[in-house]
Amino acid sequence: MAETTATAKMTIKDFQSDQDVRWCPGCGDYSILAQVQRVFPEFNHPKENFVAISGIGCSSRFPYYMDIYGLHGIHGRAPAIASGVKLANPKLDVWVATGDGDGLSIGGNHMIHMLRRNMGIKVLLFNNQIYGLTKGQFSPTSQMGQVTKSTPMGVIDPPFIPVSLALGAGATLVARTMDRDPKHLQEMVRRAENHQGSAFIEIYQNCSVFNDGAFFLYTEKESRDDHVVYLEHGKPLVFGKNKEKGVRLNGFTPEVVSIADGKYSVNDLLVHNEKDGTLAFILANMIHDPELPRPMGVFTALERPTYESMMVQQIAKARSKRGEGDLQKLLEGDETWVIQ
Amino acid sequence: MAKQLKTLEEVTIRFAGDSGDGMQLTGTQFTNTVAALGADLATFPDYPAEIRAPAGTKYGVSGFQIKFGSTDILTPGDTCDVLVAMNPAALVTNVKILRDGGTIIVNEDAFNDKNLKLANLSTNPLEDGSLARFNVHRVAITKMTAGALADMNLSTRMVDKTKNFFALGLMYWMYNRPIDGSVKFIQEKFGKKDAEIAEANVRVLKAGYNYGDTTEVFTTRYDVKAAHLPPGTYRNIMGNVAAALGLIAAAKKANLELFLGSYPITPASDILHELSKFKEFGVKTFQAEDEIAAITSAIGASYAGALAATTTSGPGLALKTEAMGLAVILELPLVIINVQRGGPSTGLPTKTEQADLLQAVVGRNGEAPMCVISASTPADCFEVAYEAARLAVKFMTPVIALTDGYLGNGAEPWRIPKVSDLKDIPVTFASDPKTFQPYARDPKTLARPWAIPGTPGLEHRIGGLEKADITGNISYDPDNHHVMIKKRAAKIDGIANDIPDQKIEGEPQGDLLVLGWGSTYGAIKSAVDAARADGLKVSHAHLRYIHPFPKNLGEIFGRFTHVLIPEINNGQLITLIRAKYLIPAIGFNMIKGLPLRAEEIESKIEGILGGKTNG
Repeated sequence: MAETTATAKMTIKDFQSDQDVRWCPGCGDYSILAQVQRVFPEFNHPKENFVAISGIGCSSRFPYYMDIYGLHGIHGRAPAIASGVKLANPKLDVWVATGDGDGLSIGGNHMIHMLRRNMGIKVLLFNNQIYGLTKGQFSPTSQMGQVTKSTPMGVIDPPFIPVSLALGAGATLVARTMDRDPKHLQEMVRRAENHQGSAFIEIYQNCSVFNDGAFFLYTEKESRDDHVVYLEHGKPLVFGKNKEKGVRLNGFTPEVVSIADGKYSVNDLLVHNEKDGTLAFILANMIHDPELPRPMGVFTALERPTYESMMVQQIAKARSKRGEGDLQKLLEGDETWVIQ
Repeated sequence: MAKQLKTLEEVTIRFAGDSGDGMQLTGTQFTNTVAALGADLATFPDYPAEIRAPAGTKYGVSGFQIKFGSTDILTPGDTCDVLVAMNPAALVTNVKILRDGGTIIVNEDAFNDKNLKLANLSTNPLEDGSLARFNVHRVAITKMTAGALADMNLSTRMVDKTKNFFALGLMYWMYNRPIDGSVKFIQEKFGKKDAEIAEANVRVLKAGYNYGDTTEVFTTRYDVKAAHLPPGTYRNIMGNVAAALGLIAAAKKANLELFLGSYPITPASDILHELSKFKEFGVKTFQAEDEIAAITSAIGASYAGALAATTTSGPGLALKTEAMGLAVILELPLVIINVQRGGPSTGLPTKTEQADLLQAVVGRNGEAPMCVISASTPADCFEVAYEAARLAVKFMTPVIALTDGYLGNGAEPWRIPKVSDLKDIPVTFASDPKTFQPYARDPKTLARPWAIPGTPGLEHRIGGLEKADITGNISYDPDNHHVMIKKRAAKIDGIANDIPDQKIEGEPQGDLLVLGWGSTYGAIKSAVDAARADGLKVSHAHLRYIHPFPKNLGEIFGRFTHVLIPEINNGQLITLIRAKYLIPAIGFNMIKGLPLRAEEIESKIEGILGGKTNG
């Protein structure tokens, strides 16, 4: 990647605002903020072109802590606000920070429509499976049976699978990562940056106050290796402490097999292909089977024209056909008469 | 037989038929032809919310009224002189507004048992004597249309679809208007796709015209001369089109790109349609997923430096409420055009009303003051949209421009302004990192700087949480909140220093001031003119600026004994006026989904002042 003089000098400090960060001690948001601030200096454009847009919720305080242009909007509307920013100036690098409540409940409509349009906007969805800022009600990603302030006898709403929702909406880059894996999180932020069109990154994020440990099975060293499979384009789905297990497709159904006992080899395993939109749905559905490891990484990365590029093209086409608009002629319209 | 040609000063015609009969098209064609000959005019399209209600029913009737003349035409007319009725339902639902002695032209072929039954009629009005006080012409429109197309081998359905042009041709003959404009229109609209359909429509149009010329039924034609309008170049324009042009013109004068975030809603969608046509002006139209995304995308575009607008009607404005508050606290320019319709809730989508005024002025959570202005005629929608944009960028604030269904769909001649005569809209983006503070204010306007992403060194954050004065950082400080509320209010109040004083039509003092706003302009002016002609001491003031009010308004009230406020709502402007000026204003409120009638206002005036003074 070519570097300009200006960007070459940037460091993490250039992206830290002068505001005190006010998340709870131990919140996963700190890691997400730090990884973004570490990676942004690498990107090949001036700092003033970064914009962060958010809605309401703990995650939505994100723009205040980034020393870039930022707009903290209203609940759920960040994708729509960001769409306006991007359309008004497609050169801007527009990021949305949102949560499971903000992005998938009150703002679910905006999210799916932004994704289907393939608007050039990068979404960081902080998923903590709880409403934190309102102090502990269940969210659309809370688990069945979860006891929360508003569900003393347990949640009876089946949860959204954010990755499945994004795929269903037609998102062109869909990924999952977690707050406690900084390197992987950084890599997913890079993938989002380099993608043309909408990028949707679900980040498993620990809420240390209202839903502590919701993702520990996947994020903690002791259990991670046996419960997470990292998706890499062109590579087989291998996991386990000693890389002794893999995921194989039995028809359309993934299953865990051992590649250590001689029955299956690595050649029998499912090989990840980011360009295969159908495979992405199968991988997303692995969440329903507790025997299967949780996939992390890029589920799909497809190429489609972005909404803003098509809008710009239509304007250029209209101008080449009809010339720059002449306002006086426009006001006159087709038929006029003169009164002396 | 020689036909007479009589000159009329003004005439009102109403076309009425099934919503599938093309009455709106017929009316618009007639209007364009009349306009091009220089008559003054006003139109009133009156149609149901259903796209194609069952044919022949009363609730499926679509009407289009036009009043035109060589005089100053202020309204589309309280009553009409001529009613063109394509079926029994159209006749019975519209005959009540035909003046005694008026002319009815009916398609007699449609008066069969089936259609009479659909119109809930037990007898045929053409035969039962109920139309005795009118001059009824029974014309076999369906049969003659079919006859004109007999050799063309078209389906019955196709033939039936052209019959509105027979009525149009006949009216062109009767009012001495040429058919050329409509022939050209038909060829452009249908000719490229289907030459046969174009041919059929032109033939039927001519057949209607020739029928008038040859039949002995019609002995007189009428002529209406050009009106004595101020010199200039004119066009015919609908309010929604005028509003769209106002936005494009403002963007051009401000040297900004125009961004429209909108969601389809009756009767505002035409502004979206119109703006989407003019991409060569760099106009970006974004049909969003809902009303909320429409306004929030516009807020985002404004943040990024576009002249941003959103267009809607009442229910949509309600959905945008929270986002309007965001625009208020962000202090970003935004034009919100609300083409009002009958409410509450879904209400009367295709009918007009002025009942969103309080929603516009005060309908937000928290103290969220916003500038509100309103258009008074279809052409005025241009100036009001333009002015809304000018105020928005000058004061860094959202501005609501209120029009309504009657203005949006109505049409009138418009004296086209010269682009060079339009007020300047200077815009300066912040650029100096040394002095930049997001919420520092211009001492005169109290506007904060517009600092757009992409500007080096001005990286800053804004949001919906209360801001610290000057820096714009989050602040929960009690004193700061009080200061910021007062500053936001003072900024909007200060707009009063930037707008013209309220003008009065008529004497500057007297017994009664009729105060109006919005689309009631023509009806109030007609009523006041008539009352003044009768010797009553009445004047008319029509507000464009509603929040804030013009500075001299209170002083004007002091010069009149009574103040009458006619509105198409249950008393909204009057609530604001009484609250602010503590005067015992009198209301006149008709909420029927229809424009106010001049006659009704005039009798209210007479009621207050005790009738005519010279007779």
